[in-house]
Order: sequence, then structure tokens, then C-alpha cells
Amino acid sequence: MSEQPTSGSEPKAPPRPVSGSEARTPASGPAAPVRASLFVTCLGDHFYADAAASAVRLLRKLGVEVDFPEAQTCCGQPAFNAGRDAEARRMAAHTLEVFLESEYVVLPSGSCACMLRRFYTHLSHDGDLSAQAADLAGRTFELAEFLVRVLGVTDVGRGLEGRRIAYHHGCHALRELGIRKEPLALLANAGAEVVPWEAAEECCGFGGLFSVSFPQVSAGMADRKLDTLAAAGEVDLLTSADCGCLLQLSSRMRKRGQDLDVRHLADVLWEATGGDS
Amino acid sequence: MEIHSREYLKRAREGGDVRASVTGATLSFDARRRAAYAGVAAEEWRVWAEGVKTHLLTHLDRYLEEAETRLVANGARVHWAGTQEDVHRIISGIIERRGARRAVKGKSMLSEELEVNELLEKRGVDVLETDLGEYILQLLEQPPSHIVGPAIHLSLDEIRRLYHETHGTELDATPDELAGVSRVILREAFLAADVGITGGNFLVAETGTVALIENEGNIRLTTSAPPVHVALVGIEKLLPRWSDLAVFLQLTARAATGQPVGNYVSMIHGPRTVEDPDGPEEVHVLLVDNGRSDVLADPEAWEALRCVRCGACLNACPVYRQTGGHAYGAVYSGPIGSVLNPGLAGLHAAMPLPFASSLCGACEKACPVRIPIPELLLSWRRRAVDAGMDSRAKAGLLKAWTAVATRPGLYRAAGGMLHALPDPVRRVPLPVVGGWREVRTDPEPSRASFRELWRKGIE
Repeated sequence: MSEQPTSGSEPKAPPRPVSGSEARTPASGPAAPVRASLFVTCLGDHFYADAAASAVRLLRKLGVEVDFPEAQTCCGQPAFNAGRDAEARRMAAHTLEVFLESEYVVLPSGSCACMLRRFYTHLSHDGDLSAQAADLAGRTFELAEFLVRVLGVTDVGRGLEGRRIAYHHGCHALRELGIRKEPLALLANAGAEVVPWEAAEECCGFGGLFSVSFPQVSAGMADRKLDTLAAAGEVDLLTSADCGCLLQLSSRMRKRGQDLDVRHLADVLWEATGGDS
Repeated sequence: MEIHSREYLKRAREGGDVRASVTGATLSFDARRRAAYAGVAAEEWRVWAEGVKTHLLTHLDRYLEEAETRLVANGARVHWAGTQEDVHRIISGIIERRGARRAVKGKSMLSEELEVNELLEKRGVDVLETDLGEYILQLLEQPPSHIVGPAIHLSLDEIRRLYHETHGTELDATPDELAGVSRVILREAFLAADVGITGGNFLVAETGTVALIENEGNIRLTTSAPPVHVALVGIEKLLPRWSDLAVFLQLTARAATGQPVGNYVSMIHGPRTVEDPDGPEEVHVLLVDNGRSDVLADPEAWEALRCVRCGACLNACPVYRQTGGHAYGAVYSGPIGSVLNPGLAGLHAAMPLPFASSLCGACEKACPVRIPIPELLLSWRRRAVDAGMDSRAKAGLLKAWTAVATRPGLYRAAGGMLHALPDPVRRVPLPVVGGWREVRTDPEPSRASFRELWRKGIE
């Protein structure tokens, strides 16, 4: 077990794209556009559909040719986290098949991106699946990470001028994939004031089925996020790159009778370009 | 699982004001740990320390024998203790032979694991905990709730009330005054004790040295004032070389409390000699297994044995912050407890601890010996599933979900139904799993699924 990658401590550089397309400059080169498949994820598909549409618009505006393989479903993380590898492996095999031909796979979710990039290799012990998993890992990116690390874009527009925005770091994006500066830079370069916040890097308490198995503990964790956020001063909106975290924080917030705009990062970045969602 | 988690939550709730005390204390510990890590090349230290501990654990037989040889050469007596019963038999033998009536103890999680206080009381020995936190808990008849700060679940006011009732101090006594009252009692106990009992942070094989880290000086007195010192050392606590100790002392203190090194470090080589006439007449070192070699032989659990019991993972853990340590219902609490207890006490006894985590990974980042705690939690979850210990409802849900998610047509149809439901009903969908609604509003599905938007065309 010690050789498995999650025991790594520091955010590592992302895997190199296997198709060697980093030399292209997507914003300026329609001759050789970057092609990316959107993996919308189950929560994105059904709870953050508009944000996922914003992600498509944003990517297109940056010159990316976006496709949406319609056979895609769920990445399998709920089963993986529940210790049900047999089920998780079947969903992983399905997802590997769906994105076999994709140049890049971009997800509006750090957690599901991590599932594809880090955990599929844990699941795939047989040869073919394992090689496919390693290959997919090199092509998979969370949205903000894709923008900054692959496209080299840190400036999407100035549409967030004067907005005070709090960013919640999803745990998998932050600690497993080492994504910290990318979303913050995109927001700040769009003119937003990113509001520092005591518990910004702490878990929101979602954790998939954890949120329903241990509701009181989970809600307490969300409360610490929300209480420290309230103490951070005036904030116009709370954003994050993870649908699960957004669902947890907004649902708990409403239960407490709080009213704060909670939106997916894709939506906020699309607004930054001057687009309407 | 539901039943188990209710128990867990009930324990968590019984704590009253625990959340505020634990949150304050752990955040402060964690902030100090971060600052201390930032002051050194912490990543390099952690990688190195992981390597040393991994080497030790994969050559443990050799180092245990080396440690025994060195300790015996130093004049210490070494006892091999496979089980708790062995430990009780060995300690009983020592107190009987010495006619011991009074014992003082330094803080030791292993002694909690081995129920040493219970043994001593049964044997008619007066035993006094000398770590201030442990002393307070002994008065309250409570177990420690944290590996390093055993009483962090208590507020200052609770301790003031306790001392008011037991020691007659004022209700607004300062912490210094409370410590002062305790000091008088403890000082007398040190001088009167027949035996001092401690754990051991490290045992250096090369030199036969038991090293103990502390901040209060009570361990220094426990190991030097009474005529007999008994050190309980888990077999995983060894270090190969003397030079390893220098780094481990500094790394552990940084991880635990953010200190560059503990206020006191005692290094016990053996009893008094003609050349070195201070210290106890007898030093006994118990090399304790108590399930550890089973964990070591377990290819998916052994890494937990690198643990140096610094408590950094507890301090970094957002779950622990909500519940405190008692909710875990086991000697070792927090993230490390959730991966250690199933190995030491059995998975059934440790349920549902492996599931009581959001897998946020903060523990692994804090750990000075880089134990991949989330990975170990997942391993125990897989075994719980294989052993049929997890809930049937959850199993059914995930099997049904898998059936849907591996059939795109079915998945599309089910998703379509979700969005076709009339407004009040469609808010109910996924989290039919009750727990969601208990504490949150129902999540609201999008007006249409993304795939519908995609088919219509996204402008």
C-alpha cells in the first residue's frame, strides 16, 4: 500500500497530457483547437445543469472544442467511498470506456476529477483496465485547473469587478490534486476581491454518504464553515468547484435561515467573461 | 450502520459543551503545528521519518532483540508481553515482590489500552495520575479524550468547579492557582511512591534508551523519584539509531504542540549504578505487543503502526472537532484511532469508526510520519462490507445506483423522470436517505438536466 499515490504529501504537478497538445495556444489557434469532453458528473447533470452549461460556454469562448459523450453517468465515487469496490469498478469501467477517445476530460468537480485521476488506478488491478485508468488520469482535469494549467489562461475577463467572493476549497481538489491558487487567481484576475476566511480550506462535511450517515456531525462541520464565513465580513457570494460541497453548504445555510448567493465556480467565471448565464 | 451511528452521535451529544472546548483547543494546537512545520523543511523531515519507521517495522525482529540486548547490558530488566494478561501478570509480579502500595503514573495511552489503573486498584495499590490533565480526569473518573491533551474536552470553568468541590479552591481560581494546589499533592505522591509507571515515546535499539517527552516535569519525577520504574513500550515505538532520536524528538514535539522540543525529555538507559548513583533501583521495560504484530502482518493496515502518538491528526480533523474523543468509544480517538482500533480491538468492536469520516485528508497532511489515513479507512470500509457489517439499506441503494449508472439508457430515463416530477415532489429525490433532511433543506434539482440543455443546444 505504501507505494500508492495518495500517500504523497505535497501537491504534485499534474500528470502530463498524453496527447502532447500543450504546445498549442487554444485562445489564438483555431487551426488546432484543443478538444475536451465535458464529464458533467451526476450532481452536475441534475443539480447544477446551468453551471455545467456555463462551463461549456466558457470553454468554447476560450477556443476549446467541447463535446459531451452522452453515455456518461456517474464516476462511481459513492460506491468507492462506501468500500464497495465491485460496484465502483463497474462504474469506473463504464466511464473509462466512455472517455476512451477523449483528448481531455474536464469536470466541474474536483472530487470526481480526483476519482478519475487518483482512485481509478486503485480499482483497476487487471491489465487492460489499469492501463486505461493510467491513460485517463493523464487527460483528466478539474475545470479551473484545466484553464490555468492546460490552457494557460488566468484571465477570463473583468466581469467580477468590485465583487467580494468567498471560495470554498473542496478537499479532493485541494489536498489530493493540489489545486489551490488556480481558482483564486481566476477570480482575482476577473476583478473580484477574494475574501480570506478562517475555514476556507476545511471540509464542509459533505463527504457523500457521510452526510446522510452522520447528519449531526456533518451539519456541525458545515456550521463551522458558515459561522467563520459570517465572521469574515461582507461577502457577495460563495463559490466552489464542487457540486457536492455546494449542495451541502447551500442546503444547510437555508435550513439555518441564512441567505447568501451560493454558485458554482463555472457560473461565476462565465459571468466574469461578461456572459449571461 | 444507522444504529451504530446513532450510538456514536448519542455519545457525541452527551458531551454538552464539548464542541466549543475541543474546537478551541484543536484549532490552537493545529495552528501551532502548522507554524512549527513552516519553520523547518517539514516535508523532508516527514519523508525521512516515514522511511525510518517503515524500515523499523520491516526489520522489527532484529531491532527488538538489539534493544533487549542493550537494555539488559544497561542493567534494565526486559519483559516480553504478548497480551494484556501478560502485562498484568508482569506488573503484579513486580508490585508483589516490592510490596508496593503506592504508584505514580506518567501519561500513557498504552496504559489506558492495557487497563493498568484497573489492575493496580484491584491489587490494592493507590495509583495517582501525575499529568495535570490526567489527574483532573482521574478525579472525574473519565478516560482521556485526546492523545496529547487528555482533558481538552473540559472548559476552564468545569475544572474550577471540580477543584472547588474536591480541593476547596475559589470558583474564580486562576489556572496557576489550580496547578499550584495540584503540585502540592503530586509532590508528596512522588516522594511516597513505591513505583513509577510510564509509557515510552521512543525506544532506541542501538543504545537501549527509553525516551519520554513531556511539558510538566511529572514524568521526570515519576521515572526518577520512586525506587522502581516500569516503562510500558509498544513494540512499534522503537527507533533503530541514537541519531534518529534527535530528529524524532523535534518532529514529534512540532507535530503535537508546535514546540521545537518538549519542555522535558527524559532518556532512561537503566537503573542507578555505582558510577551514576541517581535514579531508581530497578528499571523494567515491558515490550508490549497486544495485537500489534497482527496489524504489522496486515498488508493494508500496517502503516498505522508508524504512529508516534502526537495527536496532530486529531487536531487537524473536522470530525473530531465536532465530537471530541469520547464519542469514538475507544482508547485511541480521532483519525488514527479509526484506523488503529479496528486492527487492535477488532473491526466489529470498532464499527462504525472507519465510516465516520468525510475522507477530507487533513489528517494525512498533518501526520509527521505520513500515514495514509484515508486510504486505511477505505481498506477497513471494504472489509466491513465484505464481512456484512455495513447497513443493508446502503448496500441496496448502491447496488441499484450501479445498475442504473452502468446502463446509460436507464440512467437517462431515471434522470428524465427526476426533472419531470411536479414541483413539490421533485425536491425529494436522491436523499430519501433520511439523514439529509434532518439537518438541511431538500436540494433542488435543476429545471432541466444538463443533457437536456445540451440536446437543445447551448448558445
